Amino acid sequence: MQTNFTAEQLRDPDTASSNAVLRTCVHCGFCTATCPTFLLLGDELDSPRGRIYLIKDMLETGRPATEEVVRHVDRCLSCLSCMTTCPSGVNYMHLVDHARTYIEQTYRRPLPERWLRALLGVLLPRPALFRLALTGARFARPLGRLVPGQSMLAQRIRAMLALAPATVPPPSPVERPRVYPAEGTRKARVALMTGCAQQVLMPRINDATIRLLTRLGVEVVVAKGAGCCGALNHHIGQHERAMALARANIDAWSAEPDLDAIVINASGCGTTVKDYGFMFRSEPESWRVKAEAIAGLTLDITQFLSRFGYTPSREAPGLTVAYHSACSLQHGQQVTAEPKTLLKQAGFGVVEPREPHICCGSAGTYNLLQPEIAGRLRDRKLGNLKATKPDLIAAGNIGCITQLSGDDVPVVHTVELLDWMAGGPRPPGVPD
Amino acid sequence: MIRQPGSKPEVMGRRIHILAGLRALLPETGLITEPNLLKPYETDGLSAYRQVPLAVALPETTEQVAAVLKYCHQNGVRVVPRGAGTSLSGGALPMEDSVVVGMMRMNQILDIDYPDRCAVVQAGVTNIGITNAVSENGFFYAPDPSSQLACMIGGNVNMNSGGAHCLKYGVTANNLLGLKIVTIDGDIIDIGGAHLDAAGYDWLGLLTGSEGMLAIVTEVTVRILRGPEGARAMLAAFGSNEIAGAAVDAIISSGIIPVALEFMDRPAIHACEAFAHAGYPLDAEAMLIIEVEGSAEEQDRLLGQLSAICQRFDPLSLKVSQSPEESLAIWKGRKGAFGAVGRISPDYLCMDGTIPTSQLPHVLRRIQEMSDSYGLKVANIFHAGDGNLHPLIMFDANDPSSFHKAEEFGADILKLCVEVGGCLTGEHGVGVEKRDLMQVQFHAHELQQQREIKSAFDPDWLLNPSKVFPLLEPEAAGLPQAA
Repeated sequence: MQTNFTAEQLRDPDTASSNAVLRTCVHCGFCTATCPTFLLLGDELDSPRGRIYLIKDMLETGRPATEEVVRHVDRCLSCLSCMTTCPSGVNYMHLVDHARTYIEQTYRRPLPERWLRALLGVLLPRPALFRLALTGARFARPLGRLVPGQSMLAQRIRAMLALAPATVPPPSPVERPRVYPAEGTRKARVALMTGCAQQVLMPRINDATIRLLTRLGVEVVVAKGAGCCGALNHHIGQHERAMALARANIDAWSAEPDLDAIVINASGCGTTVKDYGFMFRSEPESWRVKAEAIAGLTLDITQFLSRFGYTPSREAPGLTVAYHSACSLQHGQQVTAEPKTLLKQAGFGVVEPREPHICCGSAGTYNLLQPEIAGRLRDRKLGNLKATKPDLIAAGNIGCITQLSGDDVPVVHTVELLDWMAGGPRPPGVPD
Repeated sequence: MIRQPGSKPEVMGRRIHILAGLRALLPETGLITEPNLLKPYETDGLSAYRQVPLAVALPETTEQVAAVLKYCHQNGVRVVPRGAGTSLSGGALPMEDSVVVGMMRMNQILDIDYPDRCAVVQAGVTNIGITNAVSENGFFYAPDPSSQLACMIGGNVNMNSGGAHCLKYGVTANNLLGLKIVTIDGDIIDIGGAHLDAAGYDWLGLLTGSEGMLAIVTEVTVRILRGPEGARAMLAAFGSNEIAGAAVDAIISSGIIPVALEFMDRPAIHACEAFAHAGYPLDAEAMLIIEVEGSAEEQDRLLGQLSAICQRFDPLSLKVSQSPEESLAIWKGRKGAFGAVGRISPDYLCMDGTIPTSQLPHVLRRIQEMSDSYGLKVANIFHAGDGNLHPLIMFDANDPSSFHKAEEFGADILKLCVEVGGCLTGEHGVGVEKRDLMQVQFHAHELQQQREIKSAFDPDWLLNPSKVFPLLEPEAAGLPQAA
C-alpha cells in the first residue's frame, strides 16, 4: 500500500518500522473476516484494515490522535487473529503498539480514564500491591451491583468488581527466587517466568508447572530480579515502564548459567517476551544481543513439554476437555497443535469449539477497559465452548481462565491437567 | 488517478442538511461523517484509487436501506454500495459527493431449507459464512472466490463472482434462486425465490453482475449443495508457463472436467508457499493444482487419467495430496495468493481477463514479453480451466511512474485478451478499473443499449454511476451521467 512519509519522519525508528509494516499491507481485506470487533460491530473502522488506515493517516499527518481514532484503536483487543489470517505477513502487532504509544504521547484522556489506566499500570505488575487491591475489592464486590448508570466509568467499576475473586489465595512459596532441583538425574535446566497477575490470582498454576517439570527431570529456576514481562504496560501505551520491566527480566535471566529454555505458562507474557528482540531493536548493541538471546530461548510450557517429552502415569480419567486456544498462544505465538496433542497424550478426550479463532474478550486489561464488548465476546465464547458438552475447559492463559470462570463448567490451565495425569493433585473443581 | 465525474455543487452545498436528513433515518452509530473516520472508506481492494466520500451509512435492515435510497433519490445524492470492500476492480470506490452504503451489519442467515437445498441470507453474510452455516449437515455453497473468507454475498451477486471450483459448479449466477432488492426510489422488490427459474423476464440474470448500478441487494436466496464424498488435489509442476498452459488445454480438450484446475507461476508459488507451507514445488516454473472429487474409485480413476495427460508435458513432478490437512494447506496457499504477493511486492494490480483455453500458451508468452518490455514483474495465478487469467502486475505505489506503467501494462494485457477472442473480466467486474476499456470490447451502440438499461432502473444515474461505462460528456450520452 502507498504511504506518504517524509524523509524526516522516516528518521524516527518507530515510524520507519510502521512504514515497513504498512508497505506490506495490500489492503485485501481478509483480516476483517476474523476480527472479533468487526464481527460484533460491523464497521470497517472496528476492523484491522480500518484501524491500519486510521493509524496510517494519524502517523502520516503527524497530527495528535483524535478522540474518534482513539475510540477505534482502543476497541482493538490485540488478539492478533488478523495476523494469522493475513496472507501478506503484515505485522499488525508492531503497528498497533506504535499507535498506542503515539496516542499516549499526543492524546489527553478524560480524567477517570487516566486514573484507571495509571492504576492498572501500577497495580497489575506488582504482585504484593495487586494482592492487597484484590483483598480490598473482595469486600467491595457486593457493592458492585449498587453502582448505577450506563456510563463507561460505571460499567468499568462493575466489571472490575465482578472480576475480583471471591477469595484471594495466599501467596505461594514459588514467588520467591530459588532453584527447584530435578527429581533424579537432571536432564534440563529452565527458568520459569512466574508472572505477575497470575501468581496472585491462581498460584496453583506455577505450583503445578514446577511439580511437573521437576518430576520429569527438569531443574527449574525462579530467577532473582525477574518479574512482570511488561505486556500490561506495553498494551496501554506505557512504553518506558514496559522497557524497564523487560530490562529487569533480561538481566535476571542472562545471569543464569546453562539455561535450556525460559518457560512461560501465561501465553500473554510469552508473546511479549518472544518479542523482546524487536522491543530492543533501537537500544545499544549489547542490549539488543541479550534481548534477542532471551527471546530465542523462550518457549510456552506446552512447546517445551512437546520437545522434551511427556508421559502420563495415571490412567485416562475419561473426561472430555474443551480446549480454548488463547489468542496470545494461537495468534501471538502460533502455537496450536502442542496443547491439544499433550492433552490427548495425557488421556483426555479433546474437543474444540466453533470459532476457535475468536477471542474470549479477556485480552489483558481489555475486559476492564471495554467491558461491554468483552462481555459479549465472553458470552459468545462460553456458548460455543459449552455446545461441545465438555466436562471441563482448559486454556493456557490466566486472562482467559479468569474471563471464562464462574459459569458451571470448571476452567483450568492445561498444565494443571498434565501435572494431574503425571502424578500431581486433581485440579480444584475437576470432576472424578 | 482515475477520472471521476465532477461533484454536484447542489449536494456539496447542502452537505450539512443532507447529513442531518440521513442521520434521522439510521441507528445511532449508523452514519459516519467525521472526515478522519471516512478515510478508511476511501478505497477497497484496489487501493491505488481513492476518494473520501460524503458519508458512510451502515443500515441494519432492508427498510433502512430503502429509507436511505429514497432520501438520496429525492435529494439527488449519489450512492455507492459496499460489501466487505474486497473488490479488485474498484467497484466500491466512492465519489466525493456520494454516500457509501455499507452492508456489513446485515450479516444474518435468515433461513436454511435442507429439503429444498436453499438458504436465505442477508447481503452482508460472507461467502464462507454460508458454507460454515450448512457444513455440519454436509452441505456447501459452491462459488468460492479466493476472498471468500471476507467477501460478502451481496458483492458476489453484483460482480457475478467466480472461484476455483466454478469450473464444475458454475459461477454465482448459476447458484442463485432469488434476491430482495431496493431500487433507487426506495421500493423493496422480491425476485425469484426458493424455486428454479421464474415466470417472465429473467430479472435475476439481469441483476447478477450489475455492479451495484441497478439496485442494492439486501437478501439473497442461494442454492446449497451436498458436499462430495471426497476430494483430492494433485500438484503438477512444469518447466515453463507455456508448457503448463498447453497441459491445461490438453486436460480441457480431453473432456475431463476436474472440480478445479488452477495455475500458478514461479513468483506466485514462492510467495504462497511462504504463507501456507503447503509443499509447493519450489523448483518449478509453473504449477497446476488439479482437484477431483467423488468416491475413492472415481478419484483414483480421474487422477490416473489426469496424470497420464500431464506426463505428455514432461512434468518436473506430480504429487497427490495425502491428507485433508495437506489439501487444506494447498488451498490456503492458492486462496491467499493475492495477499501473499504482498510479501514480494508492496503493490500490485490484479488483472482479470478471460480467454479461450487454447490461447493460453500464446497469451502467457505475450504477457512475459510485455513484462520484459515494461520492466515490471508479473505473477500469474489463475483459474486455468475457465481460461480466467489473473496476471498480478507488481509495482511500487510510492513511485508514480511505476504505477502509470502498471496501468498501461494492464490495459495491454486486457486488450490482448479481447484480441484473442476473450473478454475484459471473468469475475472481478469492470468496476472503475476496466471502465475505459469497455470501448475495446463493445461498439458504441452496444454500450448505449447497456446504458439505457441502467437509465430504466435509475434515470438520474445515482447508483454507483461512475463504474462500468466510460465517462461521457452528458450531452454526448444523452444521459445525465456526469456533472
